[in-house]
Amino acid sequence: MRHIISVLMENEAGALSRVVGLFAQRNYNIETLTVAPTEDPTLSRLTLTTFGNDRVIEQITKQLNKLIEVVKLVDLTEGDHIERELMLIKVKAVGNQRAEVLRNVEIFRAQVVDVSSTVYTVQLVGSSKKLDAFIEVIEAANVLEVVRTGVSGISRGEKVLSL
Amino acid sequence: MELLSGADMVVRSLADEGVEYIYGYPGGALLHIYDAIFQQDKVQHILVRHEQAATHMADAYARATGKPGVVLVTSGPGATNAVTGIATAYMDSIPMVIISGQVMSHLIGEDAFQECDMVGVTRPVVKHNMSIKSPEEIPMALKKAFYIASTGRPGPVVVDIPKDMTTPTDRFEYSYPETVKLRSYNPVSRGHSGQIKKAVELLLNAKRPVILVGGGAISANASDLVTELAQKLNYPVINTLMGLGAYPGTDRQFLGMPGMHGSVEANMAMHHSDMILNLGSRLDDRITNATEKFCPTAKLVHVDIDPSSISKTVAADVPIVGPLDSIVTEMLKLVKASKIELDTEAHDAWWQQIEEWRGRHGGRYRTDDSEQMKPQQVVETLCKVTKGDAYVCSDVGQHQMFAAQYYKFNKPRRWINSGGLGTMGFGLPAAMGVKLNFPDEEVVCITGEGSIQMNIQELSTCSQYDLPVKVVCLNNQSLGMVRQWQDLNYESRHSQSYMKSLPDFVKLVESYGHVGMEVTKLEDLESTLEEAFAMKDRLVFINVHVDPFEHVYPMQVPKASMRDMWLSKTERT
Repeated sequence: MRHIISVLMENEAGALSRVVGLFAQRNYNIETLTVAPTEDPTLSRLTLTTFGNDRVIEQITKQLNKLIEVVKLVDLTEGDHIERELMLIKVKAVGNQRAEVLRNVEIFRAQVVDVSSTVYTVQLVGSSKKLDAFIEVIEAANVLEVVRTGVSGISRGEKVLSL
Repeated sequence: MELLSGADMVVRSLADEGVEYIYGYPGGALLHIYDAIFQQDKVQHILVRHEQAATHMADAYARATGKPGVVLVTSGPGATNAVTGIATAYMDSIPMVIISGQVMSHLIGEDAFQECDMVGVTRPVVKHNMSIKSPEEIPMALKKAFYIASTGRPGPVVVDIPKDMTTPTDRFEYSYPETVKLRSYNPVSRGHSGQIKKAVELLLNAKRPVILVGGGAISANASDLVTELAQKLNYPVINTLMGLGAYPGTDRQFLGMPGMHGSVEANMAMHHSDMILNLGSRLDDRITNATEKFCPTAKLVHVDIDPSSISKTVAADVPIVGPLDSIVTEMLKLVKASKIELDTEAHDAWWQQIEEWRGRHGGRYRTDDSEQMKPQQVVETLCKVTKGDAYVCSDVGQHQMFAAQYYKFNKPRRWINSGGLGTMGFGLPAAMGVKLNFPDEEVVCITGEGSIQMNIQELSTCSQYDLPVKVVCLNNQSLGMVRQWQDLNYESRHSQSYMKSLPDFVKLVESYGHVGMEVTKLEDLESTLEEAFAMKDRLVFINVHVDPFEHVYPMQVPKASMRDMWLSKTERT
């Protein structure tokens, strides 16, 4: 099953490589990974998505918790949460395609952020599934380049992951 | 406040931490630190002949005392040579602080001479590592390193120090911090009372109980408590390879070691038990055999300081995270206060069954199939001559298993071996590390002609620092464990497991200024060992020629359950 694990950790050199190294070392897979400092510059927030059965996920969270720089972590998929990913996608747009692409942009509530005579660059924010769906409706031959940030997530309601 | 250079701060911090010995090897990146060492006498430096030996010496000191061992190695090859020793300590949860030199900060990343990314290279084999960015950080970084290495589940910590952090002319205010607090690292200080209560209920209601004691019990100094608990209940006890000595090896309740080369009674009892109280064993593959066939009828209570060790290989029914000593203390209290009556009838039947298993094999081995001495006989004689009270430091291979099976350890921290990583070359430097710190104790290195040659250069260090350890080499002229597997699985095709061109060990050790002895006949064994141990202030190397065809038994059948074992070359359970 897919899990979104969100990690609050010391914003120190080497902390990220320790997390990534752990996944390689213990043969866990990382699907997506995003990391940036929080409002407190001494802390970073890292979100990763991974696949595994309950036993593997339990080991992943335990092993992550063992890293000295990890302050706290939560498996967001255990509760109600919001999941977002941002995608920039370059789509071939000539002739009739231009209107077709724009229609899809509207349907998906995406935005065209750059235009040339043959290309639209589209920005889309949403769950990973939504982003996948957008790529699907644009025919493969017309997709020129895809850049995705990886999943970011947060719990719904009062629950917060902080010091 | 005092002004000190980074180099002086390194040495002063070690002194203020109470470090007596450090083990190391100098080099370019460490010259400032070595100059600081020269100008003081609180911290003694032991110069090894290869950095790997420095790590094993520090490691063995930690195993024997519980305090972190300290290693000092230079950048590049010095650092990479230490990696095997660091990994060895990591696998066995041994506290250690490794200070590695690094090239000047401005050269890092430029492939400078003797540059190696030590923090990167050691990342998977340390509890933590860090690199120094400014000299003022040094005292706090070292305090943190000692704190992290020795608390929670212990492990090695590397501190990488670029040479320009130690420049003698750059001086800074020095004070060694008394305490350290890390917001992201808080080892559990006690076990969950509800879980402990649940565990004790299972324990007292068990009909076929087994207490499994691992290295965690030794690391937590909980041997006495574990022994008290087991004897209060009269339950059978099994010590893992890392737990040998935690429960007395000569006691009637002791069944031996579990796993791959465990005793018949230990493996059978585990398999047929209805409740296992696992105190600090991580149940690795060498114990469990096939996990899906592991102890089918047993409820598993797993006590460990490291939550990730619990349910990693085998799911626990009652997990308890916390320090073993306080948890067992609480269990003892509950056991004493409990009104639950033990099912003595069931326990009598259980003991009867165990005694029957014990009688079936009981650690016997054949002596009639060879003219030559058996390695088991050597270990048994060694145990007799040293009254079972020596520090036994082992290398890795058949001799390690024979030592674990036939030397009866009655005290914790006496059996010093590389259990997890299985590092050949560990034994001699380990024995040196123990002897240096316990000069009045008997310290033996049990080794083979393969393992000893992996760090034999340390005979020179032994001369320099006068370390009169006793080396018992079970010489079977082959890499015995490899050979055994080749016999069993590869139709005796002994690919690369035979050692030609062995040195004349007696002459070799004599050239280092030590005493060498040769034993070829059983009748000379005991007297030779007596003679060797009588030479209190000499290193004696006893080269014992043993049967090259001997195998270690029992041996678990691969991919089966714990009870499936070969008992000899021809018998199976």
